[in-house]
Amino acid sequence: MSAGQEQRTIRCLVAKVGLDGHDRGAQVIARAFRDAGFEVIYSGLHRAPEEIVQAAVQEDVDVLGISILSGAHNTLIPKVIEGLKQYGAFEDTLIIVGGIVPDDDRRELKEAGVAEVFGPGTPMSETVEFVRKHVPDR
Amino acid sequence: MSDADADADAEDLVDGVLDGDHRALARTITKIENRAPGYRDLVSSLHAHTGGAEVVGVTGSPGAGKSTLVDKLATRYRDRGLTVGVIAVDPSSPYSGGAVLGDRIRMASNIGDMDVFFRSMSARGQLGGLSTATGDAIKALDAFGKDRIIVETVGAGQNEVDVVRTADTVVVLVQPGSGDDVQMLKAGILEIGDVFVVNKADMDGVRTTVSDLQEMLHMRDGTTAVDAGHHGSGMAVGTDGETTGTDRDWDPRIVETVATEGDGVDDLIDTLTDHYDHLRTSGELDRRQRARHAEEIRRLLRSAAAELLEDELDRYGGIDALVDEVQARETDPYTVVDRVLDPLVDCIERSED
Repeated sequence: MSAGQEQRTIRCLVAKVGLDGHDRGAQVIARAFRDAGFEVIYSGLHRAPEEIVQAAVQEDVDVLGISILSGAHNTLIPKVIEGLKQYGAFEDTLIIVGGIVPDDDRRELKEAGVAEVFGPGTPMSETVEFVRKHVPDR
Repeated sequence: MSDADADADAEDLVDGVLDGDHRALARTITKIENRAPGYRDLVSSLHAHTGGAEVVGVTGSPGAGKSTLVDKLATRYRDRGLTVGVIAVDPSSPYSGGAVLGDRIRMASNIGDMDVFFRSMSARGQLGGLSTATGDAIKALDAFGKDRIIVETVGAGQNEVDVVRTADTVVVLVQPGSGDDVQMLKAGILEIGDVFVVNKADMDGVRTTVSDLQEMLHMRDGTTAVDAGHHGSGMAVGTDGETTGTDRDWDPRIVETVATEGDGVDDLIDTLTDHYDHLRTSGELDRRQRARHAEEIRRLLRSAAAELLEDELDRYGGIDALVDEVQARETDPYTVVDRVLDPLVDCIERSED
């Protein structure tokens, strides 16, 4: 009784990384997550990988969604993953990527630790469902 | 998770927090927010290690520049060799329970500096839970060893007012040229401000806003004196007759800033230092902390008692069954309450004998 009711809410960081000024997609997904009942922290534009890591660690998010349209995913995303590992935050953070990523790169990103890559035209409900299903149990 | 696991987990987290492990601190705040199993023990263990930090509450209407000012404050504190913790509270949707927490966007000056620990929290609509959760999160940051802790919230309602009142010094942010801001101040924020910041001081209308503020603060002092004459208790803002109102020996200061440029931020820090020194030397700090602890005990007691009563309601067939009776005019709410409470009252009276 005295422990009270646990109120688990899924926390997500929606991040824009690197020199990429297009965040319409990131904003739309942030809203979709909010409407799904998640708490969404939006990073703002032009963030460095270190900032994303700092935010993900401090905010203790369950899900890190990286939106990237600039084509620099092969450089930037491994840096983010490396940083998360440094703080022991990689294991229980679900990392998803949204944006334009060629098929060959998808495989590489997934090997590096990205759970899923969502391309243009993915229905919001699909992404929300994926997060609900794969959110780390902790 | 079993209880034993939760206990071991909590111990590790406490050690981690006291050791300066960022991940442990982040995880601790999550447990506090989620009211996860073991969070009470966690906060209990941390309490002994608190009391080292100066806590500043920042409030004001949306768009006044709170996040930007907090960012610059954090930077200047860091320049002075102090470590900083920030808790930014944003409202959550009453419909989905979700929230977009955007304050972090403005925290651009402290990139990669882990000694600024920034955490976004949402008002999850829990019963009195917001101020409990932020209060506990402040404890975690304090025990971690942060020198300064800033709590930022929109000054919109009682919930938010309760949150900033967990701070030692309350800063109220106003922007020039919006009569609405000063209107809002009438609704209870004015009484709790120790320092008023007129931000965007490079805009038109600064002089008017400053003089409006001065006038209102003058009136506030007047009202306080009259109140004290009639009731002898000063401004009793607290719910249970606790005098948690303003400190009459401190004249609220007005500071002008341009947060985007960082202008006036050093003045603000000096003013905050002055206020804290005043709190310490006048004994007001002690008084405020006592009032806060009393309020905390009462709040926890109330929520524990409410849970106890929920269980009790179930024994009477649940709230719906009781509502049915009241709805059919078979009984009334007062009688129902007596029926549920009487056995408890008996219990207490018997243990007194």
